[in-house]
Order: sequence, then C-alpha cells, then structure tokens
Amino acid sequence: MVHRRPIHPLALRVMHWLNAIAIVTLIGSGWEIYDASPFLPFTFPQWATIGQWLGGAIAWHLAAIWLLMLNGALYLGWGLATGHFRRKLLPLTPRAVLRDAIAAARFHLPHRPGVYNAVQRLLYLGVIGLGVLAVLSGLAVWKPVQLWPLSDLFGGFFVSRVIHFIAMAGIALFLVVHLLLVALVPRVLPAMITGGRLPTPESEAAE
Amino acid sequence: MPVLNLNRRNLLGRALALGAATTLTGCDFDDPSHPDVVDRVLNAMSHWNDEVQAALFNPHTLAPTFPASAITRPARFNAFYDIDKAPQVDLATWRLGLTGRIGNKQPWRIAQLRALPQESQITRLICVEGWRVVGQWSGVRLGDFLRRINADTKARYVSFQCADGYFESIDMESALHPQTILALDFLGAPLTAPFGAPLRLRIPTKLGYKNAKSIVALGVTNQFASGYWEKQGYNWFGGS
Repeated sequence: MVHRRPIHPLALRVMHWLNAIAIVTLIGSGWEIYDASPFLPFTFPQWATIGQWLGGAIAWHLAAIWLLMLNGALYLGWGLATGHFRRKLLPLTPRAVLRDAIAAARFHLPHRPGVYNAVQRLLYLGVIGLGVLAVLSGLAVWKPVQLWPLSDLFGGFFVSRVIHFIAMAGIALFLVVHLLLVALVPRVLPAMITGGRLPTPESEAAE
Repeated sequence: MPVLNLNRRNLLGRALALGAATTLTGCDFDDPSHPDVVDRVLNAMSHWNDEVQAALFNPHTLAPTFPASAITRPARFNAFYDIDKAPQVDLATWRLGLTGRIGNKQPWRIAQLRALPQESQITRLICVEGWRVVGQWSGVRLGDFLRRINADTKARYVSFQCADGYFESIDMESALHPQTILALDFLGAPLTAPFGAPLRLRIPTKLGYKNAKSIVALGVTNQFASGYWEKQGYNWFGGS
C-alpha cells in the first residue's frame, strides 16, 4: 500500500513526450519539404508546417531526427530489457484483435489502467514498425548515393520518397486515433504526465 | 531552388505545438544576419550533420550512372532567377581565375580546358527540393585539374565564384571524387547560359545547389567559405 506502482514508469513518460516533440516536428517540417516538390495533387497548408521555407524545414527535420533516433533507440532497448514489450504488447492474436475491435465499436470495451487491449497492442506495435520504416526510408532519401544498398532496397530515390510519405501518413493516422481515444477517455492523460497509480487488488474489487 | 521566403510570421502557436519551452520570437533562419537562439541550435545541428556526412562519405562509392535513354528531356532549368536572367559570358574575355593554395595561378581560357582529357557522365542531379533529372555532362575531372595546377589537395575546401553572384564551396574529399568534374558540355554540346556556360561544377555525390554554374574563379582554401544558399540556412555538406 505504501508504494503503489505507477501506470507508466518515469522512463516511459519521459521518452513518450520526447518522442511526441520529435514526431510533431518531423511531420510538420516534412510537410514543408514535401510541398517544395509534391508528387501528389495537393500540398500541405503553410500554417500546418514547420520551418517557414525549405531551408528552415530541412534544418528542423534533420535536427529532430536525432532526437527521434536516440530516443527511439533508448525506447526499444528499454522495452526489450525491462520486458515492457513482452508484458504489455504481447501476446497478440488476430482473434483477440477482432474481439476487442468489435467490443470497442460497441463502446463495450472497458479501459483497464496499465493493461493494453488487443487493438491498442496492434496499434502500438504497428506505429513502432512505421517509425522504423520512416527512419530507414528517410535515410534512403537523405543518402541515395552513400547508402545505395538501402536506396536500392526501397526501389530507388523516388520510391523511397513515396514509402517515407506512406510511413508518415500511417503515423499521422495513428496520432489521430491516439488523440481521439485520449479525448474519449481523458483520465488517461494525467497518468502519462504524473505516472498515475496502478489500482491495487482491493481497490479493483471495490470498483 | 525555391523562391526565398523571408516573411516573418508569428511562430508562437507553432512553438507551443512543439512544446519548445524557449522564448521564440522568430526562427527558422527568417533573418540569417541576426540568428536567434533557435537559429543557433539549428545551425549547430546542421554542422553536426556536416560531420556525419563527411564520415559517411566514401571516396570509392560512385553515384549511379544511367543509359542515354534515361536522360531527362527537355532539360530542366533551375536557378535563383528566371531563365532570361542567366548570365551571358563572353568567351573571348572569360578566364577561370585561380586563388588560394594553388602553385600555378595562371588564369585558364576555355580552349585550354577543352584541350585537357575530358570525362563524360550520365548521372542524376537530385535537387534539395526533392525532384531529380538525369543529364549528360562532360568536362575535366576536378581532381586532375587541381593536381595539374599544383593545388594543395591537403587543403580543406575548394570554393567557386560565379558570374551571377552565386558562390559555393565543397570539401576536398568530394572535390577529388572521380565523378566530380568541371563540366564544359551538357548533352553533347557546349553549356548554354541557363545551364551554366561556360564552365560549371558537376558533382553527382552532392545535391543540386552544390553544382555551381558559370564559374569565374576557383579557390583552394582552409578558410570555410560557405555558399549562397548555405548562408540562408541550407546544409553546407549537401551530400547525396
């Protein structure tokens, strides 16, 4: 009773918010970079971009990427070493995803602090994968000559750009869902800042 | 290159969105001559990225070459001015001036450069904006030329001054790369004014803006010389 464990450990919270800063900066500046030479029939509105012009956007993008990569490497190392991934994100079965997705669509899926349902697990694992894909395809766009094996792997310079864009779109979509769920269950937000407290067996029984 | 946008906008909302807890009154190089704290951080990161790119640069890694069928037609003009403003250089009076750590600083005429062994390449130019074109350039290998004029190839930089006021500088390692040439011809004919007549740098291991056009002077130096766009915020190494 003296020391109830936090829902989110301090290390995770710090990494979460550093990641949020990096991701928002990278997407905003990435949109400005895309706008300099769009390959789809639209551009992103100037107010939604970071960097004001291409030179500023690239400077932001290639500064924030270091934060993302260092923080991301720490997160992956931490998640593997502490068993966070194993305990919180696994196991994951298609059946469980389907079950929880249906329950969520009917608003029958309860939120249990400290436990991720199957849909959450899928989304979190998916966005980690998209983050890795975004970094690798971004490296291929950055250095198609020096990192030519990576560039070739992605199908060359232009295809790397397209894959980088798709990874961004996937991450942006995740963010929309992520923020929507926070809006629906706002009590999860303070826990990501203060850590929150996991319910004890007694308090759970009392609920 | 993009049209330079130096409009100062209110960045407060964006700064808050970033969660940046610094006092941002303006940033993103909107006033390069008065860098604020954010500009200084971004500049420091850009210098760090220069170092990383120099470490990543392999002098033996060649930029991809392409068949003639892949050449982009019509060729794409690009500069910080309109095509009709491209500098007209009089070949009769044009000389390539040489400055800095060079043994023989005798200026070069175009015919003398044409008399040297010529290197032809069909390579891809990738613009910092994200588009790319394939073209054929031929001319003198910069490394060969530097040795011929007795340049100090242990110096750090090679700099270029252009007839249109543009200027550029590159690291010596990239200057000595076998695909780095002082191009005289484009698509099998002498360079035309919009494409950098009479002499341009063609360096397929770097982004488009490093490929200085209409060169009038070449320098070898240990003094960092930056570049036209770099002074406004582009990354200096600009590697590809």
